[in-house]
Amino acid sequence: VRFFGEVARWFLDPAHWEGTGGIPNRLLEHLAMSGSAVLAAAAIALPVAVVLGHYRKGGALAINVSNIGRAIPSFAILVIAVQLVGIGSRPAFIALLALAIPPILTNTYVGLSEIDPEMREAARGLGMNELEQLFKVEIPLAIPLIMAGVRTSAVQVVATATLAAQVAWGGLGRYIIDGFSQGDNVQIFAGAVVVSVLATLVERGLGLVQLLVTPAGVRHARRRTAKAQRSDIVVGT
Amino acid sequence: MAGLSARLAFVASVQDPWLRWDWVGRHVNVIWEATTEHVILTVLAVGIGLLISWPVALIAWRHPRIRGPVFGFTGTLYVIPSLALFALLVPFLGLSVMTAEIGLVSYTLLILVRNIVVGLDSVPPEVREAAQGMGYDRRHQLLGVELPLALPAIMAGVRIATVTTIGLVTVTALIGEGGLGRLILQGLINDFRTPLVVGAALSVFLAVGADLGLALTQRLIAPWSRGRAS
Repeated sequence: VRFFGEVARWFLDPAHWEGTGGIPNRLLEHLAMSGSAVLAAAAIALPVAVVLGHYRKGGALAINVSNIGRAIPSFAILVIAVQLVGIGSRPAFIALLALAIPPILTNTYVGLSEIDPEMREAARGLGMNELEQLFKVEIPLAIPLIMAGVRTSAVQVVATATLAAQVAWGGLGRYIIDGFSQGDNVQIFAGAVVVSVLATLVERGLGLVQLLVTPAGVRHARRRTAKAQRSDIVVGT
Repeated sequence: MAGLSARLAFVASVQDPWLRWDWVGRHVNVIWEATTEHVILTVLAVGIGLLISWPVALIAWRHPRIRGPVFGFTGTLYVIPSLALFALLVPFLGLSVMTAEIGLVSYTLLILVRNIVVGLDSVPPEVREAAQGMGYDRRHQLLGVELPLALPAIMAGVRIATVTTIGLVTVTALIGEGGLGRLILQGLINDFRTPLVVGAALSVFLAVGADLGLALTQRLIAPWSRGRAS
């Protein structure tokens, strides 16, 4: 109980709320780094996966990318990035980008390639050209899976950005890593709480975004087929 | 201070080759120990994860009303960054194997529980009725009919949990455990590439090997799942 009192006092200490080492700045660093990595990953992975998924080409590649991504430890990616470009924010960004691509790529590919062929035919029957087909039918139908990929990616990136404190970058991991080296349990715990809350909020927030950007028609169709929804739950392979 | 020394070391590392076989030759014992530790940490985590997940998943499967809370709780654990989860435990359990294992087990729960429930759900009602018609009681129905049919989904979960855990074990190097993560961390701290390359490569080999091994086991113990669990 005394320990939690100390943690509470740590949070109430104004010194922890200002300057480079303050919570607001660390939080901002963490969010800016994670956000830019996920956005950059989406900018790279989305077009590639949309094209591959539309033509249903390179499926093995798209699936293997995520399997390989899972097999390489994120900590190893981070440390290898340091060897390539030195310490600091650059290796952090490169490692996070590399981690963020696979889930987006695979989910987008699966989302587009598994669209019912009858839907495509119907779109063609309505006189849509290929681009209209893609943007008015295929992408809207794939939105739930695409967003699920972005969400997975974002959660992983926020987590690994925490590790980046070990390679001399800032972010919220600093409290934990510095706490370890100083043997300061209060700081370790407080830092862990902030990171956990941030990760949970990011996950929930993107869940909300996912609901908002899912077209109403797709949402209803999904609700009716409860089975399809359950199959989302199966993680991977 | 750490930043400066790392930067100086980085300058020195420009000439450092990615892999020095002479180092590997002189450190076979260290590498072997790290690999064994990695395997033990992983097997313990997935094993304990399965022991916890099986009853939890069974209860969640039989009582759909508690599925929401079960998935919610395991999902929350899964979302917490690994370093933060370890850090939350360190003040109480110290830098110990216990801290590492509790963290690692926590990450397997969501994957395992979900896949067990989904696997059991996927058993066709006709099959269940046929089993009841043949006079199977609940226990025999579960072990003799539903479990075998759910096995592909369950094994898919075990494979993902195992591969994920092998990756996460490297992070436990930061709390004094780590298996192959020790080598990676050592490479980072001493700015010497060979141990980190060895650690990373062996970790990937372990993950790929475990995945293939489990896939093969699945084929052997459940030949009927061939081709279904893609």
